[in-house]
Parts: sequence; C-alpha cells; structure tokens
Amino acid sequence: MTMRAAIRLAAWVYAIAVYGFIFLPVVVLVLFSLQATSFPIPPFTGPSLRWYQAVLSDARLTSALVNSLLVAVVSSLASVTLGFLSAWGFARFVLPGSALLRGLITLPLTVSYLIIGMGLLVLFNWVGVPKSLLAAGIGHVVINLPLCFAIIYSQMGDHQINIERAARDLGAAEWKVLLMVTVPVMSPAIFAGFFLSMTFSWDEFVISFLLTRFETTLPVEIWNLLRSGLNPKTNAVGSLVFAVSIVLVVFFELTLLRRKPA
Amino acid sequence: MASAGNNTRALPWALVTPALAWTLLFFVLPFIAMGLSSLTAHEGGGFTLANYSQFFTDPSYWRAMVNSLEMTAIVTVISILLAYPFAWTLAEMVPERWQRLALMLAVLPFWTSYVVRSYSWLLVLAQNGVINRALTGLGVIGEPLQLANTRFATVTGFVHFFVMLLTLTIFANLKQLSPSYRKAAADLGAGPVRTFLHVVLPLTLPGIMVGAFLTFVLCIGDYITPQILGGNNELVMPQLVMMQIGRRGDFPLASALSIILMAVVTIAYLACARWLKIERA
Repeated sequence: MTMRAAIRLAAWVYAIAVYGFIFLPVVVLVLFSLQATSFPIPPFTGPSLRWYQAVLSDARLTSALVNSLLVAVVSSLASVTLGFLSAWGFARFVLPGSALLRGLITLPLTVSYLIIGMGLLVLFNWVGVPKSLLAAGIGHVVINLPLCFAIIYSQMGDHQINIERAARDLGAAEWKVLLMVTVPVMSPAIFAGFFLSMTFSWDEFVISFLLTRFETTLPVEIWNLLRSGLNPKTNAVGSLVFAVSIVLVVFFELTLLRRKPA
Repeated sequence: MASAGNNTRALPWALVTPALAWTLLFFVLPFIAMGLSSLTAHEGGGFTLANYSQFFTDPSYWRAMVNSLEMTAIVTVISILLAYPFAWTLAEMVPERWQRLALMLAVLPFWTSYVVRSYSWLLVLAQNGVINRALTGLGVIGEPLQLANTRFATVTGFVHFFVMLLTLTIFANLKQLSPSYRKAAADLGAGPVRTFLHVVLPLTLPGIMVGAFLTFVLCIGDYITPQILGGNNELVMPQLVMMQIGRRGDFPLASALSIILMAVVTIAYLACARWLKIERA
C-alpha cells in the first residue's frame, strides 16, 4: 500500500511538472503581450492593451489576418468538398483499384510540408503561376484533402448505407440522396474535417512562405516581425493566433464528440 | 441500382475524379517536376548529377544531414521518456470523467503554429528571458546562460511539441488495453512494477513506435524550430534546403536536397514498417 501511495505521489508531482513545461511558453507569451513597456522580458510592467492596439492598427498585420482567414476558409471548403465526394464514391461503389487510389489520395500525409511546398514552387515556377495567396491555398488543399478524406471515409458505416438505400427505394434521385440524406447524416465528420483543415491552414507557415510574395498570411507576417527581435507586439499577435486556433480546436472537439450520441 | 447502368458507372468516377485529379496535379506532378529539376544544372540547364554529387562530396552538406539525424534521435528519445509516464498518469491516476479535459489541456499548445510556439520559447530562453532572470535572481548563476541559438534550444522547442503528440498516441494506446491483462498478472502474483514492465509496456510498444515514427517524420522535416531557436550555428537539412532557395535561387540543388531528405524518411519508414500499422486500425 505504501508503495502504491509513493507511486501515486510521484506520478502527480511528475504530471504537474510536465503541465508546467507544456504551459510555460504559452503563459510567457500571453503574459508579456500585456506588457506596458517595450520589451517582453521580466519584470512584468502591465497589464496594458497597448500592443494589441498596435497590432490592430498595423495594416500589414490586419490584412495578413484577413488573408489567413480567407485562405483557411476557401481551402478548407475545397478540401472538405473534394474529400467528401471521393469518400462517398469509394465507400458506396466498388471501383477497380480502389485500395490503390485511396492510398494515392492519402499519400500527401506522409510527406513533410517543406517538400510539398518545394514541389509546388518548382512546378509553378516552370509553368509560370505567380506566387500568390491562390498558390498557397492550392498547397493547403493538398495537405488537408487527405485529412478530410480519411476522417469522412472512416465514418461512413453500414447504417448510413441503409438510410441511403431506404431513400433510394422511396424514389429519391441520386442527387437528392446526397444532399438530403448523406450530407446531413455525415455532418459531424464533415464539420470535423472542416475545422481541422481550418486549424492546419491557419497555422501553416512553410508552404505560404514559399508560395506567396507581397500579399501573405499571418504566420509569414509574424515571421517577418521576428527579425526585429523580441517585441511585445509579436506576443500580442501570437496570442491572437493562438486564441483563434483554440476556438477552431474546440469546434473540432465538439463536432467529433457529437459523432456518437448513443 | 434503380438508375440506368451507364449512369451508375459514371457517377462513382465523377465523385472520386476531382480529388484524384487534385492529388495528381498538385502533389504527384510537382514531385516529378522536383525530380527533373534536381537533375538539371543551375547554370545552363543541361542534364547533370552534380546536385546529388555535391551533397555526397561536400562535408558541410553531410554535416547538415548528420545534425538532422542526431537532433531527431535525441528529440525522439527524450520525448518518449517524458511523455510515457505523463500519459500513464493521465490514463491511470486521473478519474475517468476528468480524463478528456486533462488530455485536452495537456495538448492545448499543440494547436498553435510552429512560428508562435518557437517564438514563445525564444522569450523563455533569451539572454534576459524568464529562465535567465529567474536563475540570476535566485543567485544560482552570476552571468546569464547562452540558451537561445543553441542545439539545446532547438531540442527544447521540439521536445515541447512532441511530448504533446506522443502523450496523445500513448494515452490512446494505454486506454485500449483491456484491464483483464492486468488482473491476470495480479492474480498470478505480479506486483505493480512487474505488471508494468512485463505486461503494460510490451503491449503499448506499437503505440510508442507509431508516435516515434511521427516524431521522426515531423522533426526531420521542420524548418522553423531550428531556424528560430537554433539560429545558423548548426544547420539541419531543411535549413540547407531553404538557404538554396533564399540566397541563391538554386532550385535544382534545393530539389536534390529535398529528395535526399525524403529518401531518408522513406528508408526509415521501410525499416520500421512492420511495427507501423497506421493504414489499417
């Protein structure tokens, strides 16, 4: 019994230490974003919102924020649409070479973003596609389409097939089955795919860095800020980015939790 | 089914073709372009193997690969050692109803961008950052330590990220273990330590391997963490790739280095493929 108690105590002390390690940089980031003076280093002189004001009045940062949201929303919509249609096709119909083709769609998951970005950079450079938000958005669909496909495909079970069959037997046309039965039934997986894609696109750096030039996304703009060293303004914009990510992840959790109401 | 035969054959292909076309156009084709580019001379554009031979003959390029592999190995081992007991505590000690919350909290900073996370560590490790101020304030050290722009900083930034990732995979693995294994071990007279070493640990090894592989892939391909935290003192492969693009616009050499990096990841994958069952759950 004393041995168990000792293990228990050690485990708790250890867990608290790891929580401390995990949260240390985040706490420092957010705390010093509220710094009143010009350096995000101890001692803490705040709280003050002046650096958040500085971020919101910086046209480069606000336009990068809008760009990031735009790229995230559009590329996630494209990813989830392509992912859903292909998942439906593979789950409902017997296609020749199905396993191979499904493998092809999920292949980008095994390759690092740097290499995906490099490949697109070389291709676009040859074909003459200019660096732009559109180019970065294309790259974001490449990384998020396999995720959406995998999430939605894994959730297409037999009971959904039966509901669809019932609709067809009752005379619904194929497009009606898709829009009025399959999409509503699959909506938790579709939303989960969408929010996860949003999170990854919102946070993605290296593809945007390689494929955009003048108009760019927020992580790239933050990267540019880093050249000026430690700055509470960077803390403030970093805290904002973090907050948006957390909101997206909470949506993702909620949609996945809704998956099995029983 | 009810519709005409022609229609049923066309529909499934109409559904899967857009996704397949996207993957071919923007993933497979770029990869081919990169392959062709890597065999092209930067000046003039003729066929050459010089981009590859440069990697194998120039010691500073070799050094970057060695750094990458060393760093990745160190990060993977430290992260597993830190994450396992943590995941175990969450799975075994935290009451069932709080586990989801505890896990979500434990991986919260996982969900912010590499750039912001690395910058946050820079704040902690800087010359006059939190750690140095705390240590000098307590009188532990007289002069601030050089923590930023070192391998230590890069490893810390990486370990932070991968402890969270591995906690997720190991936790999931521990929860999948049937309690009857542990009961059986206890009935046969094994204490908690022996049960852990001979039953729980071996059964969670596949989960550890999957996490270790993910760590390897993500760590060796990351540019930001070493660039922000490690600086330019000790280059790793992704930094070398980005340098070719940034400073010289040398796409062929950058392509060749990317392909070499990818080859190393593929070899690692094949080497541990029998432990990895990512595809089929």
